[in-house]
Amino acid sequence: MPPVILAVAEVADGSLTRLSSEIATLARQLAESAGGSAVGLVVDAAPDAAAADLASYLPLVVAVTAPAVAGEVWAPHAAAEVRRLAGEGITHVLAGATVDGRDLAGTLVGLLDWGLLANASGATWSGDSPEVEAAVLGAKAITKSVLTGNTGIVTVRPNAVETSKAAAAGTVESRTAEGAATPAAAVLERVAEAGAEASLEEARVVVVGGRGVGSPEGFGIVDDLAAVLGGVVGATRASVDAGWIGYARQIGQTGKVVKPSLYLGLGVSGAMQHRVGMQSAESIVAVNRDPDAPIAEVADLFVIGDLFEVGPALLTELRARRGS
Amino acid sequence: LTKPVPDPAAGAERLGPDFRLDRGASPSVVNGNDEYALEAALQLVEAHGGEVAILSMAPANATDTMRKALAMGALRGVLVTDPALAGADLPTTIRVLAAAAAGESFDLLLAGLDTSDGQGGAVAAGVAARLGLPLLSNAGAIDPDPATGRVQVRRLSAKGYDVIESPMPAVISCTQALGAPRYPSLKGIMAARSREIAQKAVADLPEAAVPADGVWATRVVEAEKPPARAAGRVVKAPPGEAAREIADFLAGRRII
Ligand SMILES: Cc1cc2nc3c(=O)[nH]c(=O)nc-3n(C[C@H](O)[C@H](O)[C@H](O)COP(=O)(O)OP(=O)(O)OC[C@H]3O[C@@H](n4cnc5c(N)ncnc54)[C@H](O)[C@@H]3O)c2cc1C
Ligand SMILES: Nc1ncnc2c1ncn2[C@@H]1O[C@H](COP(=O)(O)O)[C@@H](O)[C@H]1O
Repeated sequence: MPPVILAVAEVADGSLTRLSSEIATLARQLAESAGGSAVGLVVDAAPDAAAADLASYLPLVVAVTAPAVAGEVWAPHAAAEVRRLAGEGITHVLAGATVDGRDLAGTLVGLLDWGLLANASGATWSGDSPEVEAAVLGAKAITKSVLTGNTGIVTVRPNAVETSKAAAAGTVESRTAEGAATPAAAVLERVAEAGAEASLEEARVVVVGGRGVGSPEGFGIVDDLAAVLGGVVGATRASVDAGWIGYARQIGQTGKVVKPSLYLGLGVSGAMQHRVGMQSAESIVAVNRDPDAPIAEVADLFVIGDLFEVGPALLTELRARRGS
Repeated sequence: LTKPVPDPAAGAERLGPDFRLDRGASPSVVNGNDEYALEAALQLVEAHGGEVAILSMAPANATDTMRKALAMGALRGVLVTDPALAGADLPTTIRVLAAAAAGESFDLLLAGLDTSDGQGGAVAAGVAARLGLPLLSNAGAIDPDPATGRVQVRRLSAKGYDVIESPMPAVISCTQALGAPRYPSLKGIMAARSREIAQKAVADLPEAAVPADGVWATRVVEAEKPPARAAGRVVKAPPGEAAREIADFLAGRRII
């Protein structure tokens, strides 16, 4: 039986997230190599714009208008639609390894009893199953895993694939919502923290301030470098716990996993729990005044120096080069 | 919900020849995120009354690790342990934990956000779905109101946080933002020795059946060490020169 692979998209501020286009690309590629088909799903209070965008990656997109999502958490509503599609023949579900995507995946495992391959950093089709690559044990091992049955769920990390559009845009089928599959918590308030608009996990450049920045003001140089590099600011647990920056910025075992083209760390020691969140960056540059800081083990360029001297000098240099 | 995991600080975790976690290779500790959940639970009962119990599905020797959680202040434990559960997949883990939780009465069921040895981050949602309870995930603060029977959670989001609310009982997945776990006191360690850890097997939990064909839903087919990064270049130079070195490097990699 050829697989029918569902790409579950997420919407942020009315538009499709970049991760969603990656998941859609992956679903289409897996379906092509499996001889199956791929379908997209958008569940939102106003799904149409995102659904139209998603249809440039997939032959068919189901757009569910779910007004309740405006005032309730998303996963129970998305789970209801996925369950309905499972009844209509969907065999595999791809969702983002995001806060909402993980809630959805777990809810679906509870409801459908399907297997889950979590945190895919890549996937190919192999035999009867997706073969999913993922880092486990704090990135001490990279595993490839498969589903033993004909159904299953995969959560996908950002940057697992390069997005590519389909040759021709697909069709969008509009539906009304089923209602939540499980009791949905009410959302009373959504609070955006300053500087958190840009997605850390999707950023091409991440500039990180560790304990070495010393204070909230110390993050100034981190902010400036991020701005000139077109990047996003990240943090270590030490700088988050000190209250200098929000938890949403934390990279590592208990924070986000990033895979940018450039990771620039200022005053970061490079503890194992931090490294698991950043060591698959393409290029790693670190500035630390301690020549023995463990981050040197993973840095492509390790600069021994004071971040409050090297940082401003780099800012000047980058601005000068940009100006020229 | 507390899961004994290999101690990440020991750095010796590894997968065995069958690609399952080699649980003998490294000392076990309570999963890091579960300690935040436990700390939050202890603070909640200190503020509102009640008791904290812990539930684990793990090998029989996990009682040692569970005692560490009891020493922090949990009053009793339930350990579901069964040779048939070795290497259990996620659907089975969820069925087992949900069935065991269904046998207890509780207002809040707290889990860690994810585990250091698997990072699926799906168990809390799965258990909530099977129990038909609301899930309040990614909690950075938990505020129950016994008078109304509702609980509010500050749910950390990609952009900041959402304030979400549901009736109790509810399932909550917990993050480090809840605050550092306490160290067990000597008194706690002594008291933990005599606290009850009730053991259950799969047969005691009819809802929890393992797959009839004995085949788990997922299988690891290959495991390798991540590719080591090639040794990088070290620069020790005055700031201006160091800055030029960095800029040259970025230009060489076409980042600027
Ligand atoms: C269960 C668990 C989970 C964890 N999860 C995470 C996680 O998700 N993410 C995370 O980051 N950590 C995590 N940690 C914490 C981790 O172990 C480290 O404590 C943390 O990463 C250290 O942060 P840091 O590098 O900013 O601070 P430090 O280790 O204190 O390093 C600061 C560095 O700055 C350098 N420095 C100081 N001043 C200057 C200056 N003026 N110029 C240049 N360099 C300077 C110092 O030489 C030092 O190397 C976790 C720990 C545990 C136990
Ligand atoms: N075997 C287990 N026993 C008890 N709790 C567990 C177990 N597995 C997972 N959990 C709980 O579910 C959370 C998320 O785990 P996971 O989805 O495996 O990353 C953990 O932090 C625990 O609170």
